[in-house]
Amino acid sequence: MEIPRHWRLKKQRYALIGEVCPYCDGKIFPPRDVCPHCGGEARNVYPFSGKGTVYSYTVMQDAPAGYESQAPYTVALVKLEEGPVVTAQLTDLGEQAVEIGMPVEMVTRKLREDGGAKGMLIYGYKFRPVGLGPH
Amino acid sequence: MGNENMHLLKTDRPVGVIGYGAYVPRYRLPAEETARVWAAKGGLPVKEKAVPGLDEDVITMSIEASRNALARAGIDPCELRAVWIGSESHPYAVKPSGTVVAEAIGASRHISAADFQFACKAGTEAIVSAMGMVGSGMGRYALAIGMDTAQGRPGDQLEYTAGAGGAAYILGPGEEALAVIEAAYSYVSDTPDFWRRQYQKYPEHGQRFTGEPAYFKHIDEAGRYILEASGLSAADFRYAVFHQPNAKFPQKAGKDLGFSDEQIKPGLLVPVIGNTYAGAAIIGLTAVLDIAQPGDRVLVVSFGSGAGSDAFILRVTDLIDERRAKAPSTQAYIARRTQIDYATYARYRGKLDLG
Amino acid sequence: MGDVIIAGIGQIPVGEHWDLPLHTLSTRAALAAIKDSGGLRPQAMYIGNFAASILSHQANLGALLTDHAGLTGIEAYTVEAAGASGAAALRVGYLAVRSGFVESALVVGVEKWTDRIGPDLEAAAALAEDYDYEAMTGLTPAGQAGLLMQRYLHEYGAPRLAFAAFPLLAHANAVNNPYAMYRKAIRPEVYENAEPVSDPLNMFDSAPYADGAAAVLLARTSGLPEGYAHPRVRISGSSVAVDTLALHDRPDPLAFEAAARSTQSACRQAGILPADVDFFELSDTFSIFAALSLEAAGFARRGEGWKLAQDGSLALGGKLPILTMGGHKARGNPIGAAGVYQIVEAVLQLRGQAGANQVKNARRALVQSLGGPAATAVTHVLERV
Repeated sequence: MEIPRHWRLKKQRYALIGEVCPYCDGKIFPPRDVCPHCGGEARNVYPFSGKGTVYSYTVMQDAPAGYESQAPYTVALVKLEEGPVVTAQLTDLGEQAVEIGMPVEMVTRKLREDGGAKGMLIYGYKFRPVGLGPH
Repeated sequence: MGNENMHLLKTDRPVGVIGYGAYVPRYRLPAEETARVWAAKGGLPVKEKAVPGLDEDVITMSIEASRNALARAGIDPCELRAVWIGSESHPYAVKPSGTVVAEAIGASRHISAADFQFACKAGTEAIVSAMGMVGSGMGRYALAIGMDTAQGRPGDQLEYTAGAGGAAYILGPGEEALAVIEAAYSYVSDTPDFWRRQYQKYPEHGQRFTGEPAYFKHIDEAGRYILEASGLSAADFRYAVFHQPNAKFPQKAGKDLGFSDEQIKPGLLVPVIGNTYAGAAIIGLTAVLDIAQPGDRVLVVSFGSGAGSDAFILRVTDLIDERRAKAPSTQAYIARRTQIDYATYARYRGKLDLG
Repeated sequence: MGDVIIAGIGQIPVGEHWDLPLHTLSTRAALAAIKDSGGLRPQAMYIGNFAASILSHQANLGALLTDHAGLTGIEAYTVEAAGASGAAALRVGYLAVRSGFVESALVVGVEKWTDRIGPDLEAAAALAEDYDYEAMTGLTPAGQAGLLMQRYLHEYGAPRLAFAAFPLLAHANAVNNPYAMYRKAIRPEVYENAEPVSDPLNMFDSAPYADGAAAVLLARTSGLPEGYAHPRVRISGSSVAVDTLALHDRPDPLAFEAAARSTQSACRQAGILPADVDFFELSDTFSIFAALSLEAAGFARRGEGWKLAQDGSLALGGKLPILTMGGHKARGNPIGAAGVYQIVEAVLQLRGQAGANQVKNARRALVQSLGGPAATAVTHVLERV
């Protein structure tokens, strides 16, 4: 189990809390010490909207340890409305086919257990097709 | 009236619902499919039930319902002073669901977070507590959630109905409310109709004993008292919502209190999502608020085994019109539907032994 | 300072060596390279390895592997850069010998992969990713390659079977490589019907991870033994470049920028253009990587790397042979050792010792190893003196 590791990442994982650079106004996710756009010191908290589009996607058949019971599952590169791209699973697809460019929205889901049935539950962002209505 | 309303739960200042949000997972298991697997004959208690996906539990479902409630309330999550979650399927036996949900929705650290447990009325219990917090002036806003991923033993009658879903309510000052809570009342007794012991996966129940002495007795007592104490009768209400373990019980309980099918139907979701336990009565209320008009009065009576009922009278205000469109409707969640077979259900609900 | 010569080479067959431990794989390759050099004794040993810490519970490989090779006492340590570990170790050996601090250096790439199975190995492979923001989604390197392939097909309108030619070529070339894991050519139908791994990527788009070890012994011209038996092959360019670790942090994930930069830098050192090389040992860890590497090196325009593979120009008799001994796909991919295998294969070509797969008049080679999807790119230019 990696308790402190998952604990310290909870803000960005649960709700896509990133940063905005005070020097160049660039939006940053995940949070970093140095702005990848201008090299300035990044530190201002910025909550992302969770809206984005699929940049690319794939269906994972051979899962790594900890993900076996989920396979097959879809992982995508999601381009967020604010600019950054994140890697995340797509969920709640039902029979819906995934397409590049498809609009998606962030939801907070169970990513996996850390330490089996006795271990801690790790929650974090995934994305699903938009279509329910306003959020 | 005299002393007849002395048992109502009265707040020091008016309290109401500022925002509400529902959540129903996307998968559906038809009752026919369960009947097929167990070669069961006879009538089915519901059409189908909602089943959570592999990555869902009471915490994730509460997060989404709460985000919907916040969107309707239009408040900063940091203004919440409590995050209280009622459920009988909290993911952890020890460790609060409330702190995870509070963190995820952006609540501040200066709050009370707690998990409630009272079988199917844990959600309304959280609402009563939130009324107390807001109504006493301890805090301006409090979030109360009732959510479950209910478990029924494979082959048990409960398996047809044990569904997943629930609702979140933000309570606040009456003057900001989309529905003011005009009265509240709780009624309990020691009635062992249904339970789940520590470390047990599935609940036990008293079959027909869960009816008359449990469900009907408590709903009737609570419903009758709050109506009489408020000087109201069924005719004063546009809608009524009762705890709904199946389709029959709430319709009978409603009739006994003088309510018609028209008053009950809009909040009767159990036929299409199953019994969402701690979420059942209050997700029914979300469907009613989605269509209610200013001035409409709504009666809500929950029931939790063990046993007890919480009853509320709500009066919808003018603010409903601008707020309800700010989050997905409960019917939109119900319409988002992927049917699964029993084998997929068994996989999604962890009923397969993976060794 | 004088040329750095690859004086000796050694390799063992890539495969599933159930019966051999990490140190035996390494020792066999190391001793073969020493013997091939005419008995030069190395003053240092630089080890390319990716996953021993997690799969063999073994770190501190410098002490372990020199001990087992009978070389205790010399300078030795591990260099790690995922799939480019072996090539990065070569870079360290090159710097050491070139600088004069070390007279002769042994570079060993070694990977012991098959002591575990399935999900543990997928998780080990994912060590090359950003753990918190890529691996935590359940993504593996094959998944990253699937993401790239999907985007490539979308962006350039390439046909679904655009990448088939790379594994077909690799398998055809491996038939004559006694050290290759799969010495059998495959038919196009086999590729077309292959199981998806991370759609649209299939089993044949993905090089098989395996056990292996390869070694090269570096010395300066002045340090070669009397009567040195082989044509001399020198390192004339050496460069390491990196990109962001996570694919999602790149402005254009289909541009293998680290590969482009390390190619340019290595060629500049060698005083050549990429077009001046006689063959290109690139990294076909996944077939899409081959296309993107060809584009990054400037052999094809963006979106057209796959086209080069369609008309035979990448085959042994073509304009720019690649994967001449089977590449990662058919030789097998012992991750941390793969970069040294590529160097050994290039040296065989440049010495004229490549047998039936000999590239005619091969004088100059470009050799490139990738760690992850070109998060690290290590490029060397080798020349027959």
